[in-house]
Amino acid sequence: MLKYLLEKEFKQFFRNKALPKMAVIMPFMAILIFPLVANFEIKNINLTVVDNDKSTTSAGLINKVISGGYFRLVEVAGSYSEAIRGVELNKSDIILEIPSHLERDLTREGSAKIYVAANAVSGTKGGLGSAYLAGIVGDYNRELSTNLSTVMVHGGAPDGAQSAATNVAGGFTITPRFWYNPRLLYTYFMVPALMVMVLAMVCGFLPALNIVGEKESGTIEQMNVTPVSKLNFILSKLLPYWIIGFVVLTISFLAAWMAYGLTPAGSLATIYLFAALFVLAFSGFGLVISNYATTLQQAMFMMFFFVLTFIFMSGLYTPVANMPQWARNLSIISPLKYIIIVLRQVYLKGSTLSELMTPFWMLTGFAIFFNGWAVMSYRKKS
Amino acid sequence: MAVSLSCNNIEKSFGKVSALKNITFEVNRGEIFGVIGPDGAGKSTLFRILTTLLLADKGSATVDGFDVVKDYREIRNIVGYMPGKFSLYQDLTVEENLRIFATLFKTTIQENYHLIKDIYSQIEPFKKRMAGALSGGMKQKLALSCALIHKPTVLFLDEPTTGIDPVSRRELWEMLRKLKYQGITIIVSTPYMDEASLCDRIALIQNGEFLKIDTPHSITQSFSKKLFSVKGKNMGSLLNKLREMPGVVTCFAFGDSHHVTAEFDHGPDGPITPESLRNKLNAVGEEELEISLIEPNIEDCFMDLIAGNRQN
Repeated sequence: MLKYLLEKEFKQFFRNKALPKMAVIMPFMAILIFPLVANFEIKNINLTVVDNDKSTTSAGLINKVISGGYFRLVEVAGSYSEAIRGVELNKSDIILEIPSHLERDLTREGSAKIYVAANAVSGTKGGLGSAYLAGIVGDYNRELSTNLSTVMVHGGAPDGAQSAATNVAGGFTITPRFWYNPRLLYTYFMVPALMVMVLAMVCGFLPALNIVGEKESGTIEQMNVTPVSKLNFILSKLLPYWIIGFVVLTISFLAAWMAYGLTPAGSLATIYLFAALFVLAFSGFGLVISNYATTLQQAMFMMFFFVLTFIFMSGLYTPVANMPQWARNLSIISPLKYIIIVLRQVYLKGSTLSELMTPFWMLTGFAIFFNGWAVMSYRKKS
Repeated sequence: MAVSLSCNNIEKSFGKVSALKNITFEVNRGEIFGVIGPDGAGKSTLFRILTTLLLADKGSATVDGFDVVKDYREIRNIVGYMPGKFSLYQDLTVEENLRIFATLFKTTIQENYHLIKDIYSQIEPFKKRMAGALSGGMKQKLALSCALIHKPTVLFLDEPTTGIDPVSRRELWEMLRKLKYQGITIIVSTPYMDEASLCDRIALIQNGEFLKIDTPHSITQSFSKKLFSVKGKNMGSLLNKLREMPGVVTCFAFGDSHHVTAEFDHGPDGPITPESLRNKLNAVGEEELEISLIEPNIEDCFMDLIAGNRQN
C-alpha cells in the first residue's frame, strides 16, 4: 500500500513545475552564492584622511593604510568638519585625522595621538574598520621603532555608537595560528552550516506543507475514508522528502568540493548519521506544525516564525558563546544549533562520533520530542 | 428488510453552535435515502460522523452492523464517500486517480469496472487528462467512480448534484437507481427539494434536527392543509395581502406563483375556497387573478414544517 502512495507522491512531486528544479538549484545557491554575499570580511572601506601634519611620517602612515587593500581613499579633507560631511553623505565610512606636529611630537616626546572616527551605522564596518586601522597603525609603529615612539589611536564614532581609545604598543609581534581553518576562510566556516539549512528546508518545510495542502484541498478527507492507515499516509509524505533531502545534501557536498575544494576532514558516514537524526527531528517538527495549521498560509507563517528563531539561536552567523546568557540558555531549543556544530566539527576538525555525544543525544531528544508531540497532537478523528 | 444503517440520538456541537440534535433514523439495504435541507442544516456534519471522519458528542451509529467509533477500520473498507467539495488529486490524471483509489482498497479497475461502466465510460476519453482540468460535471462523475471502485455496500453522497448541469443531474440520479438494484445502500444529501421524489425515503433536516422521515409520497399525503396557487397582476402586493388575510396560515413566493396554505375547516367565514379567495382579493383591489387548488410538493411540506416548528 505504501508503495502506491509513494508512487503517487513522487509523481506529484515531479509533476510540479517548480519543486524539482528548486530542489536542485537550492543547494547550489546555498553553497555557491550565500557564502559570498553573507560575508563578514570587510573590504573596500571608504576612508577620508585629514592630514594636518603633512610630514614624511604622516605621508608614510597614509600610504601604509591605503596600500593594505582594506581601505579605499575617497577624500583628502582639509578639516575634520569637512571630513564628517563626507560621512554624513555616506561617501566615507571612516575618518583618519592626523594632528599637526605628529612628527615633531613623535621625535620630541616619543608619543603622539591620531584620531579615528568611524561611522557605526553599519556596526561591523565601523568596528572592524577601526580595528584594522589600529592594526595598521601598530605595524607602522614597529617600523618606526628606531625612534622608540608610540602613536596612540583615539577612536570616536560620529554617528553615535561607541568611542574607544586603543593603545597600540610596539615590542611584541603576535603571529596567530588558525587551527582547522588555517587561512581563516569564512566560506569554510559557513558552507557546512548552510548545508544544514538546505536539509531543513527540504525535510522540514516540504512534507509539512504537503500535508497541509491536502488538508486545504480536502483530499485528506477522501484519504481518511479509505483503509489507509495514518502511519502509512504520513510515511508516504515523509519518505520522498527524506530521499530528496539526502540527494540534495549529497549535491551540497559535491558543490562544496567543486567550488571550494572543501571536503570533510572527518568521515562522511558520521555526517550522514547525524543528518538522518536531524531530518527525523525536523520532519517531526514539521508534522507538529501541520497538525495545528489548517491552511497553507498559517503553516508557512508558523514555519517561518520558528525556523527564523532556530536560525538566530543556532550560531549560524553569530557564535552562541557571544550571546548574552539568556540567549545562550534559549539556544538549547534550536535543533539547528546541534547539527551545525556537528557539520562544522566533522568538516573542519574531523571529529568522530565519540566526540559528538552531546549533539547526538540532543538531536535524539529532539526527534523523540517532536515526533511524540506530533503523534499526541494528531487526533485520529475530529 | 435488512437494516443497513442505523443512527441513535446522534448529537454534535461545534463550540456553542449545535450542529446536530438527537438524530435517529434507520436505512434499509438497497434503499435510496435522501437527507434534504437547506445549506447549513447539518447534512455534511451527519455524513462526516457516519463516514468516521468526525466523532459525535453523543449517541451511536452503525453502518452495516459496524460501530462508527469502535469499528471505524471496517467501515472504511465498506463505505464509499463522495464529499460535497471535489476532493480528488487535481495534479493526477483521471485514470491515476481511479487507480490510486482502487489500489488503496486492494482491488483493480478491471475487477469492478461493471459498477462504474455507465459513468466512467463517459469520462474515459479524457482519462489522460489532469483531474483539475475537468469540467464540473465530469469531476463529479470521476468522484463517483472513485467512490464506487471498491464496490462499497453503503454509498454516501454529499450534495452530488450541487453545481452541475441538469442533464448530468438526471444522469446521476439514473445511475443511483441502477446502483440501488445492485444492492448498494445510498445515502444522499441535497438542498434541492425537487430531487426528493427520486429517493425512496427522505429526511427533512433543518437547524440540525430531522423534521420528518418518510417516503416522499407519505410526506406530501400527510400535508394537513389546503394549498392554493395564486397568480395576479401585482405579485408583490398580492403576497402581503394574502399574508394578512384571515384563515391563511402561510404564503410563500414559489416560482411564478404564490403558494398559500390554509386550514381545512377553521376560518372566520367558513373554509377558504378558490372562489372565496378570489372575492376577497378582488375586494382589496387585486386584479387578473388565477387561483387554483393544488397538490402539495415536498417544498410545500418543508415550508409548512418549518412554519409549524417556529410556532412551537
